[in-house]
Amino acid sequence: MLRLVLWRLAFAAPVLIMVTIGMFALASASPFDPVRQYLGDRAMTTSPEVVAQIRANWALDRPIMEQYATWLGNLVQGDLGESRSFHRPVLDVVTERLPWTLLATGSAIVLMLAGSLLVGTLAAWRQGGALDRVITGAAFANESAPVFWLALLVVYVFSVKLGWLPAGGLTDAASTTVDPLDVARHMVLPVTVLAVSQSSWLVLYVRESVIGTLREDFVTGARARGLRERTVLIRHALRSALLPFLTLLGARIPELVTGAILVETVFSWPGVASTSVQAALAVDFPLLAVLTLLGTVAVLTGNLVADLAYRLADPRVATS
Amino acid sequence: MTTELAQVKVRRKGVWAAAITLGVLALAVLVVPPIVQLDQQLVDLRSAGLAPSLAHPLGTDEMGRDVLLRSLYGLRVSFMVGLVAALVSMVIGGLIGLAAGSLGGLPDRLLMRVVDGFSALPHLLLGIFIVAMFAPSPYAVIVSVGVTHWTTAARIVRSEVLSLRERPFVEAAVSGGASRARVVRRHLLPHLAPHLLLATVLMVPHAIWHETALSFLGLGLPPHLASLGNMINDGQRSLLSGDWWSSFAPGLFILVPTLAVSVLTQHWRDRLNPRTRSELSL
Repeated sequence: MLRLVLWRLAFAAPVLIMVTIGMFALASASPFDPVRQYLGDRAMTTSPEVVAQIRANWALDRPIMEQYATWLGNLVQGDLGESRSFHRPVLDVVTERLPWTLLATGSAIVLMLAGSLLVGTLAAWRQGGALDRVITGAAFANESAPVFWLALLVVYVFSVKLGWLPAGGLTDAASTTVDPLDVARHMVLPVTVLAVSQSSWLVLYVRESVIGTLREDFVTGARARGLRERTVLIRHALRSALLPFLTLLGARIPELVTGAILVETVFSWPGVASTSVQAALAVDFPLLAVLTLLGTVAVLTGNLVADLAYRLADPRVATS
Repeated sequence: MTTELAQVKVRRKGVWAAAITLGVLALAVLVVPPIVQLDQQLVDLRSAGLAPSLAHPLGTDEMGRDVLLRSLYGLRVSFMVGLVAALVSMVIGGLIGLAAGSLGGLPDRLLMRVVDGFSALPHLLLGIFIVAMFAPSPYAVIVSVGVTHWTTAARIVRSEVLSLRERPFVEAAVSGGASRARVVRRHLLPHLAPHLLLATVLMVPHAIWHETALSFLGLGLPPHLASLGNMINDGQRSLLSGDWWSSFAPGLFILVPTLAVSVLTQHWRDRLNPRTRSELSL
């Protein structure tokens, strides 16, 4: 187990270093001048001396290798630099927004798991019937629908037409404090959309594996012993169908990151995922680079957790 | 037995419906733009925000432009960008897979570690980073999608090459004194072509999805261009004031072709591997 963790870490380090090198190479090839970007309209009226001063302050006049070494060195020591669009330390921006992203995506994962288990098992139980066809058809259609489009439709129906839930934001525009109930109301739509958009494959997967296990001898045996259908379905079929479940979930973290970026943006949710879009639009390299690294770390962690969970759930893997 | 037959019939109908839908869309995208010229800059505020009617089957947007016509134009743009991006990723992946599979040994191990590393990255986030560093243009989008999606092709090609290498006809060619280049050209590429083709076809909807997502975020194609992502983005404001169609329609033009392609792929897979047929009945 420890060897696996070490092996994974040994793999993660080069990946992260590769990502930082790639980002720096791209940034140095970029036609955008960060100083002009930062000054905006003021670039016209700012004197060349001041521009040169800012350039020197940001160490942009140094050779690219030296810039990279300094940046990486600071990063390792916990100094993430200064965001050029928020005009605040990157660390502050990230620590302020990360909890909101974790809250939203965490709730979405829980909802997705519970919902898919229920819906997938229902479809498997009624395999071939009308309910099954509706569920599988909806899952396939959902897989093809862009999540940002789905989010807009949901906003139209539940916020614009029905007026049940707010269309976006963290709290009401008028409120000055963060009231948990208000936040919960604002969370319903983004969390549901994120969960639904990620759940197609899970529903289909649960359905497949429950159908598979329903044919196994121990299920037939359970039925023959006269156990209730619900007990057979949940205690016998579903339980053994769930083995590789966590592995698959861990492997889906990239899609979850993607979904979070789009959903947070549509609902103006103040998390790190939507911040990466704002940083990209403002060509804010220090912030965007850290957020991209954060996303990569999330994916690598997901892979590690998936591997570990698989070994815990199925001891046969550990020996092979 | 009868229900199984009925299911097969339903599935046949689904495959036909998917094929016909794709055909009609392809025809519309090819034929309509040259006939009906679209003025990208046109603003006609008298007909702004009209609900769907006979004159405008999918309504007009807040600038008074016909949503159906613009969607067809958008699909054309998205399709071209998606196709080129898919080809780029196939070429990169194909070359790397070919190199890994035919060289073997240490180069193979190193290349496959790179493949693992790349597929461990969050694609959209990396794509956002790439387009952010360059001005919005189709090229930036193509590069950002192509560079992040070649790993599947590399894996497919590598495993094919590994199995081909052991086949008798390759061994015969090698022992007959054929050069490495000749073996690749005459024996490997013809076998790899169909796999690469299918992978490219599968890649196109995904690439289109990425293009629209980037454009939707305001990071993809230039905002004046009629593209599906730009249109959904533009439609956001109208949507909040109650005009649902200007965002809804372009989304359908993403959803329908993607769904059609996935129905056809499913059919293709079922034909190749009949074992999965009964369990995956849609």
